Amino acid sequence: MIRFISWRVAGLVLVLLIKSFVIFTLIGLMPGDPIDLLMSANPNMMPEDVAKLRAIYGVDEPLLSRYASWLFNALQGDFGFSRIQHRPVLDIVIPALGNTIILTGTAFILSTVIAISLGTLAAIHRGGWVDRFISLLAFLGISVPGFWLGLIFIYVFAVKFGVLPAGGMPRADQPYAPVAYLVLPCLTLVLIEIGGLTRYARSAMIEVLSQDHIRTARAKGLSKKRIIWKHALRNAMIPIMTIIALGFGHLLSGATLIETMFGWRGMGRLIYESIMGNDYNLALVCLLFTTTMVLIGSLIADFSYSLLDPRIRLQGGRS
Amino acid sequence: MLELAAPQSIWSIRFKALRQERIAMFGVFVLALLALACFSVEWLEQLCGLTGVETDLLARFEPPSSLHWLGTDEAGRDELMRLLRGGRVSLSIGLIAALGSSLIGIVIGACAGYFRGAFDSILMRFTDFMMSLPSLPLLIILAALDLTKLGFSADFVRSGDAGYWRIVVILIVLGWTGVARLMRASTLALNSSDFVLAAKAQGASTLRILSVHVIPNAISPVIVATTLAMGRIILVESALSFLGVGIQPPSTSWGSILNNAQELLISDPPLAIYPGLIILISVVAINFIGDGLQRAFDPRSVGRN
Repeated sequence: MIRFISWRVAGLVLVLLIKSFVIFTLIGLMPGDPIDLLMSANPNMMPEDVAKLRAIYGVDEPLLSRYASWLFNALQGDFGFSRIQHRPVLDIVIPALGNTIILTGTAFILSTVIAISLGTLAAIHRGGWVDRFISLLAFLGISVPGFWLGLIFIYVFAVKFGVLPAGGMPRADQPYAPVAYLVLPCLTLVLIEIGGLTRYARSAMIEVLSQDHIRTARAKGLSKKRIIWKHALRNAMIPIMTIIALGFGHLLSGATLIETMFGWRGMGRLIYESIMGNDYNLALVCLLFTTTMVLIGSLIADFSYSLLDPRIRLQGGRS
Repeated sequence: MLELAAPQSIWSIRFKALRQERIAMFGVFVLALLALACFSVEWLEQLCGLTGVETDLLARFEPPSSLHWLGTDEAGRDELMRLLRGGRVSLSIGLIAALGSSLIGIVIGACAGYFRGAFDSILMRFTDFMMSLPSLPLLIILAALDLTKLGFSADFVRSGDAGYWRIVVILIVLGWTGVARLMRASTLALNSSDFVLAAKAQGASTLRILSVHVIPNAISPVIVATTLAMGRIILVESALSFLGVGIQPPSTSWGSILNNAQELLISDPPLAIYPGLIILISVVAINFIGDGLQRAFDPRSVGRN
């Protein structure tokens, strides 16, 4: 087990290194470079100054040496300064990360719980009107553009009825309770995710419920409740974990869109703003943090496989 | 004398099964109607004497009338024609990107499944890697790249065509992973089938085996996945354009129309409803078709009629 964990963590570090290099290269391909932007902000700059600055910042050096010096600094905890906010990057990223965790964490828990419940309900009453209704809702869920739903919610709840704020972070000078600021973004994020999750949970449960051991349990006279909780759900958890792990990355992407729309100061919005504003240091670190979160999420999913299914643990990992 | 059923090819069986899926057929009808309207926009504009392109600042925000079926937008353009023009872009991007990413996925998946071994492991690790990336941030950054740094001329970069193909390319680059997995799974299953073994024994070249035997037989889940991918891609492109990194003005797509409407939520809310509604209708139709294909291609349904 320890070997399994350390092997996977080593793989994680390697993947992170590769990703940081790829993202570094991509950021370098964004319009302009730091010196151009300094120049446009200061029309009095002389060409000699530009050349000097270029040498200081090392902008003209080859890609690998620039990456190496970034990596060297990063490993010591220095991720550079944000060009736009004039603060160290970490000072900006950490609070934003916290906000994103609040939003995506709540959405994650809600959507997972609701999707598994609805999927199980639909699987039990397969073919009946409950199943058809839930399937229809899930189908609409995967077809609707999430940001459009968000816009409609903003219009209905904030503009028309004024019961919820249209966006932003909790503020003291507004009459809304702090949690009210979380409601609309979280609701939109949940509705985006829940369609696909419900469909998958439903098909996983149908698959499990059709297996022989369930039929045996029924024949033995066990109550429906016991069958579902003790036998069916456990076996359905493995395929469900796959989709949850994949959905985690999807949730972070969705958070990018939702946070930007609702002005929620999280990592997603930070990514968008830093890319749009050519803030290289910030964009690089944000992207790295986001992809790290996704990687950790799939790592946790992998570990839970081995916990859920002893066969996997004994065989020493999936093939 | 035994009455044997007339021999049918597997595709004619599947096609018949598809035609019996009424919801899917409804989806086909709706999508065909929409596509027809979108791609004949200029002709329709001439017919009605309207324009989705020229602005008329004296006629902004008009409510629906017999002339303007959905009213006019913030620049006085007819909303319906504008939506149809946007549909031309959104639908074509969806189709091209879906087909392109499936093509790449088929090649990668078939190679991984056929050759197996270390080659397969490397390809699958790469696929898992790509699948685990949060797609929207990456798409945003790819859409914001400065192409002149890659060596394209400045004129090309600024043209509307470059913006269009840039979106198609980045959607393909991030979209092939699902099909690759499906293809690999089907190929692995087919590796031990009789006709593949027979072809190998007869000395058929790898290319021939893959193109004649493996891929045609493994293609049905891929067809379903491609159809559903088209819907997904339309949603993603709309999201990108909504954020302002997708299709740029003066070109228009449903997402960018919705982006414009965001600021007008108070002055003219219906303008924010129409684009999202038409996206919903298209994606629902496409998903109907995909679900119907899945049921029609299900081998367990062959005996049903």
